[in-house]
Amino acid sequence: MALTYPIHIHSKTFSNESTPVIRDLEVALPGGEFVSLLGPSGAGKSTFLNILAGLDKDFEGNAALKQENGQPARISLMFQEPRLMPWLTICDNIMLVCEGTKTQRKHQALHWLQQVGLSGAENQYPAQLSGGMLKRAALARAFAYEPDVLLMDEPFSSLDIPAADSLRALLTQLHQARRITVVYVTHDINEALMLSDRILLLSSHPMQIIRDVAITEPHPRNVQSPALLALSQGFKQALTHPA
Amino acid sequence: METRHPAMIRVMSMIAFMLFWQLAVMLFKPDLLPAPLAVMQNLFGHISSGELPHHLAITLRRIAISFVFAMLLGSALGLLMGHFKRFDLWADSLMTLALNVPALVTIILCFIWFGLNETAALIAVIVNKTPNIAVTMREGARAIDKRLLDVAKAYQLPALRTFGKVYLPQLYPYFLAAARGGLALVWKIVLVVELLGCSDGVGFQLSLFFQYFDITSVLAYTLAFACIIFAIEGGILRPWERRVLQWR
Repeated sequence: MALTYPIHIHSKTFSNESTPVIRDLEVALPGGEFVSLLGPSGAGKSTFLNILAGLDKDFEGNAALKQENGQPARISLMFQEPRLMPWLTICDNIMLVCEGTKTQRKHQALHWLQQVGLSGAENQYPAQLSGGMLKRAALARAFAYEPDVLLMDEPFSSLDIPAADSLRALLTQLHQARRITVVYVTHDINEALMLSDRILLLSSHPMQIIRDVAITEPHPRNVQSPALLALSQGFKQALTHPA
Repeated sequence: METRHPAMIRVMSMIAFMLFWQLAVMLFKPDLLPAPLAVMQNLFGHISSGELPHHLAITLRRIAISFVFAMLLGSALGLLMGHFKRFDLWADSLMTLALNVPALVTIILCFIWFGLNETAALIAVIVNKTPNIAVTMREGARAIDKRLLDVAKAYQLPALRTFGKVYLPQLYPYFLAAARGGLALVWKIVLVVELLGCSDGVGFQLSLFFQYFDITSVLAYTLAFACIIFAIEGGILRPWERRVLQWR
């Protein structure tokens, strides 16, 4: 795929800190790829995502994601928490981000709820659903927006292992079907190995790329396979002793 | 079992109170407390003469106008204070002052400054009530969840949709609290205003009955008024609350 999103952040400093969190970070995000940003907690990964999402504009550099025709890319952001509106039903929450007439939006919302396995829950309120179901709804919302780029900030970190595993499988399946660009922030090496086409290993203070690794193993993957185990070992070492 | 018929229980408590009142009067025959039946009779007399509906309508109109203006003004002020720190700093001590000026003082000053007229009466009520609403709405603005607004921003929702579906619903509980408290306070202040400087309205009538020592009529008017407030609470505020807070 020819499309890439070039990003260059010269510097990002928080007003209460003297040193920049991010300095001279250059990333080229290939269109359609699943890229994981893997790094220690507090490295500035969430800050980077907020910049890409347009929520944080207080930085120097260029992080505008543009399509081939120069139009801004449509960007979805999935937060660490589901962040659904508690006063809207699940269906209304998805419809909130959809476009078109009410009927079209409803149709789209129901389609995506079905895709994530939440058919039948559309009239429930978020307070009535489990943590895993809320994440599914948030995922449906992210896809229903029909994004070119999907940003995900450790979206499954608070779930129990089986729920997180089934959501990861769902995400892989949806990504392979839609081929949108995904930027996935995590500090979990195995999670990155399971999901990604490419892993960017990050250092902290300031955040910089210390390794850029393509993962070519076919899905479904087994993190116990020799190739992935070796990568995992290498990443662990690089994260504990950054050069 | 107890919560199966909440409306029934509310009605029963009122009936029990009335029965107790009637029995007490029949037993002790006090000079200064008429029986509820006598009050009812008196009430029907006032209604059929057309005098009670006339004054009640005037008072309700005053309540409605001052309530709406106080809500609008108070909400605007409160939201500004909640969202803009500098504005809050400027307005905060003035607000504390306004909250603590006795209603009577505002009323007297309004009548002296603006004359014994309708406008002065309405201004007096609005000035009294606005600070309470502003304080409640300021809390509402402060409690706005920025993380949910970030969702709206990240998904680039149209401004109107963000306002209607993300921002406003967070304020509904505060609007409700302000409206409830507002209504309870506004009608009390309106009566005092009418008593002091109007020549019509329920407050004015009550002051006449007071001069004639007509306790039965005082109670009849109070009863009529209480029924209206009950109707507003049960017919408008509670259904609205159920609708906007059903997700809880």
